[in-house]
Amino acid sequence: MLLAFDTATSRVTVALHDGDRVVAAYDADEAMRHGEMLAPGIERVLAEAGATVADLDGVAVGVGPGPFTGLRVGLVTARMLALTRGLAVHGVCTLDVIAAEAAREGGDELTVVTDARRKEVYLASYGGGRRVWGPEVVRPEDARLHGRVVGRGGALYPDAFPGATGPEHPSAAVMAEVVQGGEVELLPAEPLYLRRPDAAEPGRPKRVS
Amino acid sequence: MGRTLPAWHDPPVSSPLVLGIETSCDETGVGLVRGHELLADAVASSVDEHARFGGVVPEVASRAHLEAMVPTVERACATAGVRLDDVDAIAVTAGPGLAGALLVGVAAAKSLALGLGKPLYGVNHLAAHVAVDQLEHGALPDPCLALLVSGGHSSLLRVADVTTSVEPLGSTIDDAAGEAFDKVARLLGLPFPGGPHIDRAARSGSSVAIDFPRGLSSRRDLERHRFDFSFSGLKTAVARWVQAREDSGEPVPVADVAASFQEAVCDVLSRKAVDAAVSQGIDDVLLGGGVAANSRLRVITEERATPHGIRVRVPRPGLCTDNGAMVAALGAEMVARGRAPSALDLPADSSMPVQQVSA
Ligand SMILES: Nc1ncnc2c1ncn2[C@@H]1O[C@H](COP(=O)(O)OP(=O)(O)O)[C@@H](O)[C@H]1O
Ligand SMILES: [Mg+2]
Repeated sequence: MLLAFDTATSRVTVALHDGDRVVAAYDADEAMRHGEMLAPGIERVLAEAGATVADLDGVAVGVGPGPFTGLRVGLVTARMLALTRGLAVHGVCTLDVIAAEAAREGGDELTVVTDARRKEVYLASYGGGRRVWGPEVVRPEDARLHGRVVGRGGALYPDAFPGATGPEHPSAAVMAEVVQGGEVELLPAEPLYLRRPDAAEPGRPKRVS
Repeated sequence: MGRTLPAWHDPPVSSPLVLGIETSCDETGVGLVRGHELLADAVASSVDEHARFGGVVPEVASRAHLEAMVPTVERACATAGVRLDDVDAIAVTAGPGLAGALLVGVAAAKSLALGLGKPLYGVNHLAAHVAVDQLEHGALPDPCLALLVSGGHSSLLRVADVTTSVEPLGSTIDDAAGEAFDKVARLLGLPFPGGPHIDRAARSGSSVAIDFPRGLSSRRDLERHRFDFSFSGLKTAVARWVQAREDSGEPVPVADVAASFQEAVCDVLSRKAVDAAVSQGIDDVLLGGGVAANSRLRVITEERATPHGIRVRVPRPGLCTDNGAMVAALGAEMVARGRAPSALDLPADSSMPVQQVSA
């Protein structure tokens, strides 16, 4: 069985695929609680399917881009689970999962935009069933658009992305299906941060008066 | 949600094999202990990446924890010669500390617990600094008085049971002791973290060369803050003294400043620790946290404690600074005493109160 999950957006999404189909799924839209929701979510999909960790033969995890804290929860969970069970870990670009779901609903010429905070979005464009641009982090007004626009960025920046539709967040059920179906690029389980950490080198110690 | 992992249905295991994970600051620590026996203490530090910033950069620390986690767990298992499947329980620092850094360790621990089908114990970093001494000096006396001094904390604690009862008697009202060491080191042009460098420089200096102030030690302050500390006035006094020297064009006597500053810190810490033990009728003082690695603090505390018949216990320096073995040590004690494990929705709590030993 393949366990898939993504924590690179405000959603925590988990799904279990038995080789034929998705047999259990769990989605929680509680921003900032990834660390609390993910492990119980995994436990829940396993229980729902009457399975245990011993039944797993692979893990798929969203590697972002997305807010760093949540992203790391997913990655470290995947790596540790793989370590305990000797499993393969497949990384999947989070925006590819949103694109895959959107493409099913109509037309695969599209651009995915998600919330990168600080008045920016993560962006990737798709055509002919594959990613043709990105992922990158850009300001909405500087975004190069291709086809229709989907993802949470549409709702956040309607002026830059008028008429955006489709799924706002990734679905682990879709991730599991496209990984099983070989329909998505597999990446190393490394985070796509796309930004350097904020840090300023200090000047000389301040004078005391 | 909130379901617990498989709990102990069997009687408590007296010498459980526990894996402990520590990621509250810039050290990724993974320790393995069996009861009071230390089997492995693997630490990966991102300190070099923070040095040029003069302090820990949270995002840099969090990224480093993610990269170091798997290799550090593997290294701990290899050193101990155990397989992950042999582990009886997983313990992890749930707080206090840097939120994003803690979360990497907590998520890793949950995943291990889930993957291995073993219970999870989310524990307090400060209680772990106390529990680690069991690995060196055996069971903790009950009660004992702990002086916990690190980069983020300076507290006097009455510890009746390290798994349930840790009561603060006093703490710093401004900077932590380690923070003072780090800031003064920076003034003196010594590298970060400054504690070990001040300790070394002080050996060739005079501790009575400069009379730096002893915080919260006047009769009036002692009325309200008998067991509290303050180090920010000391830090400012050192800065003024160094600046006056520089302004006058004279060289700064680094060794003397380091020794006199260190003396001012250790004088207050040891005095208040012994006073607290005497007033509480406690015969054992335990030093813990990174600053407990300080050579002068160990000596002066013993000098002051011995006349009162008070014994001083100090873990070796490597176990004083942040590490995973201390977390495993506390986890092992939780298991041995039959304490309840944590739920899988355990949050990381960056401001976990010291009284709360587990979550
Ligand atoms: N020999 C020493 N003398 C004084 N301070 C020390 C010594 N060794 C380490 N320190 C200080 O200990 C602190 C680190 O403590 P530690 O418990 O590892 O971290 P944290 O505060 O993050 O829990 C730093 O401020 C460091 O300067
Ligand atoms: Mg510490």
